[in-house]
Amino acid sequence: MSHRVSVQFFGITREIIGASTLTLDLPQPGRVGELLNSLKAQYPALSGLRSLLVAVNGEYAEPEDPIQPNDEIALIPPVSGG
Amino acid sequence: MLLPAEYARYEKHLNLPEIGVEGQLKLKKARVLVVGAGGLGCPVLLYLTAAGVGTIGVIDPDTVSISNLQRQVLYTTEQVGKPKATVAVNSLKKINPEIRFNAYAYALDRANARTILEEYDLVVDCTDNFTVRYLVNDVCVMQEKPFIYGAIHRFEGQVAVLNAVLSTDDGVRRGPTYRCLFPEFPNQMEIPNCAETGVLGVLPGVIGTYQASETIKMITGIGRPLNEELLMVDLLAMSFQKIKVRRRLDAEAAAQRGWEEGNRVPAPQETPKSLTAVELAERLDQGEEIFLLDVRERPEYNICHLENAVLIPVNIIANNVKRIPTDRPVVVYCHHGIRSQYVVDYLQKEFGFSNITNLQGGIHAWARDVQPEMEVY
Repeated sequence: MSHRVSVQFFGITREIIGASTLTLDLPQPGRVGELLNSLKAQYPALSGLRSLLVAVNGEYAEPEDPIQPNDEIALIPPVSGG
Repeated sequence: MLLPAEYARYEKHLNLPEIGVEGQLKLKKARVLVVGAGGLGCPVLLYLTAAGVGTIGVIDPDTVSISNLQRQVLYTTEQVGKPKATVAVNSLKKINPEIRFNAYAYALDRANARTILEEYDLVVDCTDNFTVRYLVNDVCVMQEKPFIYGAIHRFEGQVAVLNAVLSTDDGVRRGPTYRCLFPEFPNQMEIPNCAETGVLGVLPGVIGTYQASETIKMITGIGRPLNEELLMVDLLAMSFQKIKVRRRLDAEAAAQRGWEEGNRVPAPQETPKSLTAVELAERLDQGEEIFLLDVRERPEYNICHLENAVLIPVNIIANNVKRIPTDRPVVVYCHHGIRSQYVVDYLQKEFGFSNITNLQGGIHAWARDVQPEMEVY
């Protein structure tokens, strides 16, 4: 059984990934931090972001929070424009 | 008390039972500081002025430039070159002469922030840089003042009401701060594609109008402000999402620490942003002690470099800011002067360096005009 989640990208993360959303099949249920690390391995430029807010199903998430199949994840970096 | 002229002007507010005379009087008594009179600041200022916010402060160090007019709807072509804070207030007075305006045509910085913010009940964060954004956060947290945050990027915007007092069944507490969303000061230089990103002109209009609306709700105490939510707007997809956010336990400590660190604050004095190779050569000949900063890559440096230049490639600048002196002039150069200009702007804006100048045309111009025997590439 696959663990499919969708990830939405905002701000500079959208430019780094080159897409506004990705659907990922996780090998097993994991945690927010693990998902972030695997994205960073695939897109090293993500590692340059010192502050990156991760939301799971519309709620602020910490790295140790779990990810379940069908979760909707969002990566939100700070933006500076005004 | 409302004057007869005010009854006429605010008739449509007075007709709303949620606002009425009581709400309009709250607006009249309110003192709001708008930090930044750019894309977000323009709609915020227009609507707060029209709504009858009694005292409005405007702080912005910039002058109107022609490229602002695509989105900064408070300014006209004739006003290019004039200070935004002053020009804005002059126009706003014509919209509503009942308002008391304070124009500050300079940057909000560590030296003035606490004194200026002290004069206001509420702050609207419309700035265009992280230095001032974190400064607004830290001072608002220290002064226990709510602020209405807005920021934009290309087609996307963020809005939130931060550090607000929340009354709940368990009593009174405060909502999240900017550092609860983004604890670490961003490291822009590590982000690839550092070319200046554009912005859809109407975007700050949308986001700034939401900020104005949240400000009015906060003052009048109506509705449900974005107190523990970050609103994400994407105009391309026309999507709106609210992310639930909470205050972190270390919100006060983080603000205090941020304030004390204070190494990212713009210094007031202005230096010319670039000089020519010949000008640099003359100053070096006169024995002036100048720190030469080479921001190219190592292989480029190995081909040619200025004598005694220190190499810090552009992509690692952010982690090496401490190596750049603040007590003597710094001249930054690259191959043709583009990367180095970016570094100059970045260091000035995000770290407050006031002693930094770009070498026009880079080392290529130096080889052409000063040192023809230098190897070029």
